[in-house]
Amino acid sequence: MARSEPLQGLFVRTRVDWMQGALMAGLLALLFAFILYPIMRVLWVALVDESDQLTLIHFRNFFLRPLFREALWNTLLSGSLVVVFGSLIALPLAYIIARYEFRGKILLQTLATLPLVVPPFVGAVAFQQILGRSGTVNLLLLQWFDVAIPFMEGLNGIVLVQTLHFFPFIMLNTAVSLSNIDASLEEAAENMGCHGFRLFRRVTLPLMLPGFMAGSLLTFIRAIDDLGTPLMLNYKNLLAPQAYLRITTIGIDDVDGYVICVVLVFLSLASLLAARKYLSLAEYATVQAGRSVSQPIHGKKLGFVLFFSALALTIGLLPHIGIFLLSLSKVWSFSVLPTSFTAENYNEILFRVPHFIKNTLLYTGLAAGFDVLLGAAIAFLLLRSRLWGRNLLDALATLPLAIPGVVLAVGYIRVFHGWDFPGVGAPLTSTWFVLVIVYTVRRLPYTVRACYAALQQVHISLEESAQNLGANRLRTFLKVTTPLISGGLIAGGLIAFITSCVELSSTIMLVPRIELGPISYGIYVYMQSALGRGAGAALGVVAILLVAAGTYLTHRVFGGRTGSAFRV
Amino acid sequence: MSVAQVRLEKISKKYGDLWAVRDIDLRIEPGEFFTLLGPSGCGKTTLLRIIAGFVLPDEGTVFLDDKPVNLKPPWQREVGLVFQNYALWPHMSVFENVAFGLRERKVPRSEIAIRVPDALARVGLAGTEKRRPSQLSGGQQQRVALARTLVVQPKVLLLDEPLSNLDAKLRAEMRIELLKLQRDLGITTVYVTHDQEEALALSTRIAVMDAGQIVQEGSPRDIYEDPRSRFVAEFVGKSNLFSGRVIQAGDELAEIKTVEGLVIKAAMNACGFKTAAGREITVYIRPEAIVLARPGDNPTGTNRLNGKVAASAYQGSAVDYEVDIQGKSLRAHVINPKGKALFNRGDDVVVIFDPKDIGWVTGADRNTP
Repeated sequence: MARSEPLQGLFVRTRVDWMQGALMAGLLALLFAFILYPIMRVLWVALVDESDQLTLIHFRNFFLRPLFREALWNTLLSGSLVVVFGSLIALPLAYIIARYEFRGKILLQTLATLPLVVPPFVGAVAFQQILGRSGTVNLLLLQWFDVAIPFMEGLNGIVLVQTLHFFPFIMLNTAVSLSNIDASLEEAAENMGCHGFRLFRRVTLPLMLPGFMAGSLLTFIRAIDDLGTPLMLNYKNLLAPQAYLRITTIGIDDVDGYVICVVLVFLSLASLLAARKYLSLAEYATVQAGRSVSQPIHGKKLGFVLFFSALALTIGLLPHIGIFLLSLSKVWSFSVLPTSFTAENYNEILFRVPHFIKNTLLYTGLAAGFDVLLGAAIAFLLLRSRLWGRNLLDALATLPLAIPGVVLAVGYIRVFHGWDFPGVGAPLTSTWFVLVIVYTVRRLPYTVRACYAALQQVHISLEESAQNLGANRLRTFLKVTTPLISGGLIAGGLIAFITSCVELSSTIMLVPRIELGPISYGIYVYMQSALGRGAGAALGVVAILLVAAGTYLTHRVFGGRTGSAFRV
Repeated sequence: MSVAQVRLEKISKKYGDLWAVRDIDLRIEPGEFFTLLGPSGCGKTTLLRIIAGFVLPDEGTVFLDDKPVNLKPPWQREVGLVFQNYALWPHMSVFENVAFGLRERKVPRSEIAIRVPDALARVGLAGTEKRRPSQLSGGQQQRVALARTLVVQPKVLLLDEPLSNLDAKLRAEMRIELLKLQRDLGITTVYVTHDQEEALALSTRIAVMDAGQIVQEGSPRDIYEDPRSRFVAEFVGKSNLFSGRVIQAGDELAEIKTVEGLVIKAAMNACGFKTAAGREITVYIRPEAIVLARPGDNPTGTNRLNGKVAASAYQGSAVDYEVDIQGKSLRAHVINPKGKALFNRGDDVVVIFDPKDIGWVTGADRNTP
């Protein structure tokens, strides 16, 4: 009896490892097929000549063409400007939210994240209406002062739209960093004779820098990845629209498109690696998180805080108002406000052409479901197994953060076009399921992160004590682990859902037929004609409502920690 | 190094509806090691933070060397605070952490280069200058925090439960080191702890706090050997408490009948107490003042109670017993058990104690000597 026990233990252990191993192998194969392989195919095309020899000639050509050099420069410039201007709005707001207590703070916190709810390309349309050449503001300026300000011309428009959309990323990350600074770290400095701005510079700033840098780099990645805004504003001289135009107008064999894709991936990957480095540094700030500093303010200071917040938020909320007005208008051009109102736009998108909304719910629902399953499985393997390949799994699951949507779409077209996918009977790229896959892949890093964070909270001793009391692995997982991580799973799914709802960068390249398109595609199509703008805006309002509902639910599930979901 | 006197006058602080501290009057003399002892939530840390300037009292005044400092911000007070969690800045090396306060005081670079290693050597951490706080053990972090505070030569040293995050062995070591360091420097020290052993071992004077107020103040001996309330008797050391009524009061002895029906004789005037027959009274006997004997050995003694051993815990240096006497549970702490008889659960024993070891907490008057 005594002799057989170790053998039995060995048997159980081997069997479990085998199951984990199978799961690991399956996940790695899946991620390889749908993430790494398509990207490598893109890289391959950019790196070989006609006779399949490795070459850098295409990159040389890229840098020799003024058009591309300019696109690269514009991309770097606009991405950086978005970060700079975004920080100007985000840093004071983050400081206010993390450090001050006052009535209406919750409202400020909520309003300050609302810009994330409007997809940037929808916001772009609204800003055209309000700040464009013949938009509300310029019409008024012309009327009163006979001047016009080119808010939306060229790069200005892109930077403006993206800044006001992305600044909450910087704000959320910075605020998390700030509120993680233990009060005693600043008090110790005060006790040593340091205070005021010196205290901020020597202690507070270095401790919040990691969060700020991570938020900034994340913003940079998202800004250069954004294809919808330049297309909507009809400004093509950036890398993402150049790649899109090359592939869609010249064809999927045009090498320049692939070279641009590789340059984009290089920029994003470098930013992502830098962001991760900063965040790994940021860990130290959270080690001793206990009491955080948050003090009530009154009087003049409060007035100033409220004034700044109101100013920032009014501008930030302009697109919400603009898109809502546009959705209700019959015509809105060359006038300060719409001249006649109608509900016809909603009739159009809800009853006459309802498939955009239906498709979005179907695709993003499925993608969110897959993401939760994959995310939970990956998080489980990362935290609870000792298998070889965990680092690879982690890297592969994080990689989509650094892959612009255009690039992934190009990779999919390259890989899946022209051959019947087994079990489908048609090329994958000619079915709607390719959209579900691309959404699943692009949002996977968020769900993995949410599941990982949730599972990390569950100390292994909670599971061990269940097993010690007689529950097997499956029962332990169902009775103890699942209830404890369900919040994280739901939040992860919701994040995948809300971000997929408004995905355009890869959607626009992968929609097989117009009737298979989701909302974001519908908006894009409608916005191509002046007559369709009302209906497009109505779809935009639907998208905003979907995202807002998802965000609200996430907030309910995650508590006040929504910010952590948007971290690198 | 100049050493300051700390004086608190009528200090009160309210959080919401709750008094964190109320009407505190204290005077801590230069060079004293003064401990604020109490359970968590008693207001001791609030009081410390009031002295450091992080909490502004609602009422009352803090004096340093007879100068009111209420209006001085923390960075001008010259009191050094060592935080419970050490609060070492993770983005700075050990050297930078210790040098921080010197740089704030515009001490020349050349002098910093001497004083920082000196301070680190003093706490036994020479050569760790280049490390990051996260690379140090808890005990080492504690020492860095101490060095960081002492290097600026504050007039008062404030310590907020500095040993609470260390393991038992390290705690005992650090206690001795802290004691030597403070006595060497002669710096006025205010120490906050909930650990009565620490307080007794380190302090020249102790203030026991409960619910925002000081319930007793005195030397460690005063506090332990003459607790003036049930709270202090139970919080500082362990006590067996008896409530009852005085049935007879003579010149030497008082006879007390407890609510359990036990009769106990307690020494009166010699120990500084005076009571009268008929008074409600609470007395205590320390576990270490109790002797256990076998009923068969016909032991002698003024107070002899028969009971049964309910539990015995052998600890090497001592044995802790719980004895059941007519439903009343009594703790006995028998030291140096080597060679003595051990009692087991269920054994009949006689509990013996000296009337002089009985102390009053309520129901008696104190003879002023």
